[in-house]
Amino acid sequence: MLHTDSNSAAVLIRKIDIPAISLRRRVMDRLMTGVAVVTVGIVLLPLFAIFAYLIYKGIGSINIAFLTQTPKPVGEPGGGMANAIAGSMVILAIASALGVPLGIGAGIFLSEYGRNRYGDIVRFVSDVLNGVPSIVIGIVAYGLVVMRQKHFSALAGGVALAIMMIPTIARTTEQMLLLVPQAIREAAYGLGVSRWRTTLSITLRTATSGVITGVMLAFARVAGETAPLLFTAFGNNFWNWKMDQPTAALSLQIFTYAISPFDEWHRQAWAGALVLIILIVGAVAAVRLAVKHGTLAGV
Amino acid sequence: MSNQALPRPRFNAPEPEQAPKAALKLEARMKPLLQGKVSEVPDAVFGWAMRVCGLAVVAILGLIVYQLVVGSQLSWHAFGWKFFGQSDWNPVEDQYGALPFMFGTVVSSLLSLVIAVPLSLGVAVFITEMCPIGLRGMLSFTTELLAAIPSVVYGLWAIFVLVPILREYVQPFLAKTLGWTGLFSGPPYGIGMLAAGVILAIMIIPIISSITREVLTVVPQHQREAVLALGATRWEMIRMGVLRNARAGIVGAVILGLGRALGETMAVTMVIGNRPEIAKSLFAPGYTMASVLANEFSEATGDLYLSALIEIGLALFFVTIVVNALARLMVWSVTRGQPARSVV
Repeated sequence: MLHTDSNSAAVLIRKIDIPAISLRRRVMDRLMTGVAVVTVGIVLLPLFAIFAYLIYKGIGSINIAFLTQTPKPVGEPGGGMANAIAGSMVILAIASALGVPLGIGAGIFLSEYGRNRYGDIVRFVSDVLNGVPSIVIGIVAYGLVVMRQKHFSALAGGVALAIMMIPTIARTTEQMLLLVPQAIREAAYGLGVSRWRTTLSITLRTATSGVITGVMLAFARVAGETAPLLFTAFGNNFWNWKMDQPTAALSLQIFTYAISPFDEWHRQAWAGALVLIILIVGAVAAVRLAVKHGTLAGV
Repeated sequence: MSNQALPRPRFNAPEPEQAPKAALKLEARMKPLLQGKVSEVPDAVFGWAMRVCGLAVVAILGLIVYQLVVGSQLSWHAFGWKFFGQSDWNPVEDQYGALPFMFGTVVSSLLSLVIAVPLSLGVAVFITEMCPIGLRGMLSFTTELLAAIPSVVYGLWAIFVLVPILREYVQPFLAKTLGWTGLFSGPPYGIGMLAAGVILAIMIIPIISSITREVLTVVPQHQREAVLALGATRWEMIRMGVLRNARAGIVGAVILGLGRALGETMAVTMVIGNRPEIAKSLFAPGYTMASVLANEFSEATGDLYLSALIEIGLALFFVTIVVNALARLMVWSVTRGQPARSVV
């Protein structure tokens, strides 16, 4: 029985003429697979080159003086970027203080109140805003803050970076809030919880870890920005803690040192770049860890 | 990020209350509810506060336009359309023309696309269609890591690593093999349009490849299976079943990359040479709209000088807005309103 069945099947298969895949097509298939693998290699190469160089050049130049001193005048060895590291933190703190609440608010609007044409407009505008070159945002902050105050300031730098953070935060917050099941909101309404309490204590709270991830992405994106700070924060070779005075920033200092003709400054530029990347990655990792295991875990 | 399990919200259940008093209390509490008299004030205030936040996003865009338009009035009245047709940039004699900067921006961006598009497509196709699952996450993470490096660090690396490589090896080779085209002639400085194009390409590859990847992932699995069932090889399946269906989205991804390249400032400023000249050779130094702003804005003396720079900013803003809006629409048409990741 079995024997005859398989026999007849074999006969059948033999009768259907399955065209073999021609050599040309097989070669083409292999060739394109090879091309794809090669492109991956080419793309990964600069990534590794950049990190390798950064660590190789940077690690030898980071020392206590670099982390605690202000820049020395040209020709004198030593000195560091301590004031620039602090300045970057001040500027980023201002940017976060302005940008995070506004961005999250806009995100709440988009997901809870913006399921209509107005929401679509805001959604489109924030996507477009995301593509505005950072240097143009620098001009706007210059006009808004620097022109009024008559001098460069940390505040102006913070405003510029805040403008860059808002669209990113708004869109990720929206996406995270939309992931919260509608039933949870309805359950809250059913218990008599008002809409604003529901949004803040139920919806936003449920989505906290996602929202924080979005905020950190925005933070990481602006933390290394240089262009909008060129004519807002401007840079400073000395310590400054006043919000309305020109302030040094790590990225600005790297730029100035990189285009200078001095070896000592080049060395410090590499060190600064390494510190900048470590700070960005460190900040993002710390918040992620806090969200996962630590103090924010219950939020 | 999106498929991570959401924590359950915690409710603090109210303590059960004592009988008669509680019943009275509850009735008192229910009364306004039943009569529709619950205070709607906090809700309304909160709702409007959120709407204001949403409006703020639109207002920011309005503010940007206002600042740029008002700031560039002086230059606009002085030069009119001629501003974009003149190649004379002379702060000493107050003569300003934006042509060399526009040329530099367009050429460096197009050059970067020529390099970046095939590479990003290859990476996206490899990750979505060919790569073993285990490698997929790691590869996409690594390519996105490229997007996290600050522009100024790219510039630093370009000055000290990329430019010497171009000067010593790539430019002599190009001059020897393709010198007859005129595009690769002149002294190989390293610094110049070619260096700007290459560093821009490295910077926009993560954007183009990650959005292309998203577009490729939304192509329905049936399409692939149908083409395979017809006896196609894997490459034929990719070409006919995947790439063809994702065309509009891929074009959108490329245009988004273009938008980023047009506005990129620091890395380009550090390697392009910063000379406002229009040259045929890619070895020659150039200047872009973004870099002239970066270099000259804080030192601009004189109102007309500043105004001319702001007008360049306005032009740059306008071009990137158009390019980005176009790209968003094209990506949306494929992913159906699922926003392409806007964070990269």
